[in-house]
Amino acid sequence: MSWVIDRSGVDALCRVLTARGYALVGPTVRDGAIVYDRITSSADLPVGWTDEQAGGAYRLKPRNDRALFGYAVGPHSWKKYLLPPRLTLWRAEREADGFVVLEESHDPPRLALIGARSCELRALAIQDRVLLEDACVDPYYRTQRDRLFVLAVNCGQAGGTCFCASMDAGPRASSGYDLALTEVVAGERHYFVADAGTPAGHEVLNAVPHATATPDEIGMADAVIARTAESMGRSLDTTDIKRLLYDNLDHPRWDQVAQRCLACGNCTMVCPTCFCTTVEQVTKLAGAKAEQVRTWDSCFTLDFSYVHGPGSLRSTHKSRYRQWMTHKLATWIDQFGTSGCVGCGRCITWCPVGIDITEETAAIRGGTR
Amino acid sequence: MIPCPAEIVEKRSETRGIYTFRLRVKDEGKRAAFRFRPGQFNMVYAFGVGEVPISIASDPDDLDGLDHTVRIVGNVTGVLERLKVGNVVGLRGPYGSWWPLEESRGRDVIVITGGLGCAPVVSVISYVVRRRGSFGALKILHGIKAPTDLVYRRQFQAWAKHPNTEVHLTTDQPDRRWRHHTGVVTTLLGRVTLDPANSVAMMCGPEGMMRAAARELLERGVPTESLYVSIERNMKCAVGLCGHCQLGSEYVCKTGPVFRFDRIRHWFEHPGV
Repeated sequence: MSWVIDRSGVDALCRVLTARGYALVGPTVRDGAIVYDRITSSADLPVGWTDEQAGGAYRLKPRNDRALFGYAVGPHSWKKYLLPPRLTLWRAEREADGFVVLEESHDPPRLALIGARSCELRALAIQDRVLLEDACVDPYYRTQRDRLFVLAVNCGQAGGTCFCASMDAGPRASSGYDLALTEVVAGERHYFVADAGTPAGHEVLNAVPHATATPDEIGMADAVIARTAESMGRSLDTTDIKRLLYDNLDHPRWDQVAQRCLACGNCTMVCPTCFCTTVEQVTKLAGAKAEQVRTWDSCFTLDFSYVHGPGSLRSTHKSRYRQWMTHKLATWIDQFGTSGCVGCGRCITWCPVGIDITEETAAIRGGTR
Repeated sequence: MIPCPAEIVEKRSETRGIYTFRLRVKDEGKRAAFRFRPGQFNMVYAFGVGEVPISIASDPDDLDGLDHTVRIVGNVTGVLERLKVGNVVGLRGPYGSWWPLEESRGRDVIVITGGLGCAPVVSVISYVVRRRGSFGALKILHGIKAPTDLVYRRQFQAWAKHPNTEVHLTTDQPDRRWRHHTGVVTTLLGRVTLDPANSVAMMCGPEGMMRAAARELLERGVPTESLYVSIERNMKCAVGLCGHCQLGSEYVCKTGPVFRFDRIRHWFEHPGV
């Protein structure tokens, strides 16, 4: 059963969620990009903005309507909330006969993710698999995950680097949301078709003015999503992709991409599933207190694979790009039973030299002996 | 996932830049509950500096303390070198997989190590010599760059005295006092008799050495599923969350560090993976 809320219903949703103790985080315009940050109402959303994306290129452009969600995804992903870029894990304090170690307790806020896209929900599900469903669970992620309300938005347009349809990850959110909206701007009418995915979503929807969606309204919303699916900027052939990459570790294409790759790590920072971290000890000046701080890391750094003796085991750009792409698309499947790629296109857009994971995959497939 | 304080109860200098620390977990309950299997490792924490993965070199039945042989190479080990008996480090573990010792009962055990690679396998050797009757022949092949790199000097001598046990040492750069073999460790393989169908090889050392030794053993007819290697990788979390230790589809901290060779052969034969 679908429902309809009008333009003002979005602000009603924000008020209801705030009243239920959620801090709202969602898309907002800053520094020429749409990023995720605290918001309070629809006024903070990128009203009337869209984005143009291509390999190594991202530009905001005004739309000719007042759509709230009329763009693809920006450089941020929700992982910054669930897997914070910097987090203290534990502290150690000197004592007379040694030291004590104190586990850091975390109390993350209840967060409502406003405007999460289907690819991002898939990314969350993948991170769940990695960080919650293995032998060892990330306690911070666990707590924050349990305190989420997910307000999804089905994509009304595909970005130039989007390929979620290839990865079976969108553009329609199929699971992992409390409430999903499809935005329809048709002439004078601006409304949202809403579907509740959980009892919590239902309850929030019931607290705002809504009506039962008519077949026409549902048809309009379905058409929006269908149009998005047909206008994907990129595609990636995933046929037997694990075997493809496992069998092509020596493909000459890796040497070619290595000549362009700067090993800057941008792709890993913007990727919504990349989860690698490192730790550093931070000590107070007096030397009596130390903290174990976890930060995001990237497999593109030399340090990442450093061992004493041989040094960095992935000393070339070739080996580092191959590690990243082979992990994302192939070894991830053996490790976690799923691809690590959701087709959001961020790694293509935010690569300074526009390296394109879909193009690299196609080149390897095309050149397979 | 947080380190527990452990006291250094013994610090043995093995050779220049290599020490064996005997650690005793301070908390009695945790000490009693700590069980490991040969091949597993601990994360050892030096206050204010950080953690490093170090394999456990002592016997699993020795509940009194845990031996860790450490080469002084970086920031954390640099601090460890300056610590004295009575000082405290942090310890968490044990992590990772172990050598197939139960499965190898009744079979010949071939231990092939290079440099400090012998540390993760020392527990295998002590395990076998303590239960000498349960295993077939024990052949220890150990290679080092220079005679001064030899650790566990007295242990090697003691092991050689056990029945049905051979110790073969070799160095690339012999000096006048060196009375063992010369050359890389794989040359020792030519000097030992093998019962290929009934042997299990356990290897640890530089990856080139392990690749060469595996090739040699396969040529001599040892089945690939009887070869085991212990792999070293950068590790930060030791529980499969930080991503650093990946070797192809494997997390060395989780499904390793001890692997059956055929399980990782595809990745292992591509340096840089």
